[in-house]
Amino acid sequence: MQALYDNLDRLWAGFLTTLGMSLAAAVIATILGTILAAFRVAPIPPLRALGAVYVQLVRNTPLTAVFFVVIFGLPAVDITFQNFFIAAIVALSVYTAAFVCEVVRSGINSVSAGQAEAARALGLTFGQSLREVVLPQAFRTVVPPLGNLWIALVKNSALAGGGFAVADIAQLGAGLARDNPSQVLAIFGGIALAYMVITVPSGIAVGVIERRTAILR
Amino acid sequence: MSASVLFDDLGPRGQRNVRIGSVVGGLFVLALIAVGLQRMGTNGQLEGDRWAILFDTRTGVPQSLGKALVATLQVAAIAMLFATLLGAALSFGRLSDRALLRLPVTIVVEFFRAIPLVILILFLFLGARPVLGLDLSRFWTLVLGLVLYNMAVLCEIIRAGILSIDRGQSEAAYAIGMRKSQVMVSILLPQAVRRMLPALVSQLVVLLKDTSLGFIIAYPELLQQARNIINFFGSQYSLQLYVAAAGIYIIVNFLLSTIAHQLEKRVNSSRKVAAGSTVMAGANEDQTLTAVAIDRG
Repeated sequence: MQALYDNLDRLWAGFLTTLGMSLAAAVIATILGTILAAFRVAPIPPLRALGAVYVQLVRNTPLTAVFFVVIFGLPAVDITFQNFFIAAIVALSVYTAAFVCEVVRSGINSVSAGQAEAARALGLTFGQSLREVVLPQAFRTVVPPLGNLWIALVKNSALAGGGFAVADIAQLGAGLARDNPSQVLAIFGGIALAYMVITVPSGIAVGVIERRTAILR
Repeated sequence: MSASVLFDDLGPRGQRNVRIGSVVGGLFVLALIAVGLQRMGTNGQLEGDRWAILFDTRTGVPQSLGKALVATLQVAAIAMLFATLLGAALSFGRLSDRALLRLPVTIVVEFFRAIPLVILILFLFLGARPVLGLDLSRFWTLVLGLVLYNMAVLCEIIRAGILSIDRGQSEAAYAIGMRKSQVMVSILLPQAVRRMLPALVSQLVVLLKDTSLGFIIAYPELLQQARNIINFFGSQYSLQLYVAAAGIYIIVNFLLSTIAHQLEKRVNSSRKVAAGSTVMAGANEDQTLTAVAIDRG
């Protein structure tokens, strides 16, 4: 326990790094994933193909490989990031966007056909009916899986510190554990607790949002 | 709702618009590819030598990537087996009538689902000896981490599958005098397996992908091996080797998904799968199962 107390300020900074990294990646992944989902249901074949290929490729690639390609592969083609923190956000966003795309698409599919037909009957274009009618309903039905993706993203962000040089809670904790072998259990207990501080309230919040936004069908 | 409901069968003007859109969209996609290739070209990444190393058996690169693939698949196979067995056992525990069994199992499952796998593997790597008194090799550290995490996730998938079976099934089984264990094993589980197969397989794909976390503890799986090769031959091969390692993962995962899809089709066509209940329950249960499957992301 002593090691945890002595480094509380550093661990707090690491916790904030984890939280910031996850939040930034969540925002980017949600936007990118929604655009990809729109591509996948669009009337234009090349865009549909682009969305499908992206999802298939990224979903079958380990997050670790995405990290490797972003951090060590892209600099070979002159795409570099200021620091590992930004590179980690990019890798997490690229990876999570594929899952967001699939979730949003399943949400679009769950909106009843009558809604889109009615929108079309009113003369709305594809973009209008997607934006004004279908997506607002789709997002309500996918609150639980999107919440699960957020929780998974927070947990996945541990890879940035565990495997690469981002000073998040995972890396600081592992470093402390290396320096204090006798306190390994307490230190990892502390790290696990730090993640649960984010994930458990998130789970509860998702439940509340789900109930608030639920629509009767 | 299929995608086509979102837009009409197109008239002449709409068809023209889509054609224009297709050309613009196609050009956009081509432009993306062109920019990528151009960047690679100006940085000399397209030179044959850089890619040839992946196929030149004299350099030993294909051999060591092959070995790494075997090492990856070994970990994945063993972890898949134990995680599925333990996951099934835990799901029975979670569905037990005895609170004394149900509560501890629930706590174990929720705990392992809540902590990041990276943290679990690091803990086993750094803490197995001082805390648990175990002397684990890198191989078993990785397997144990994967099993502990995935058994918890699989437990939830199997539990959701069992709960999704129509209540009439178990009621009928009890009515003809079966015991709870009989009902579970010979009535509920066979039906649940069919229904949860997609979720189960996507979790096994996740497990296979997560073997790549072995690089954290320097287990020679594909990415770690790619890194070793780059250390040996020089960083001018970084892009090629990481792309190759990712490519192998993609191919293996894609094969696994395809096999599973075929299996699913065969299982579903081999017998009339409780026709009514599947259709009726379909919408809701599918969502629950997908939600559980997606959990790991």
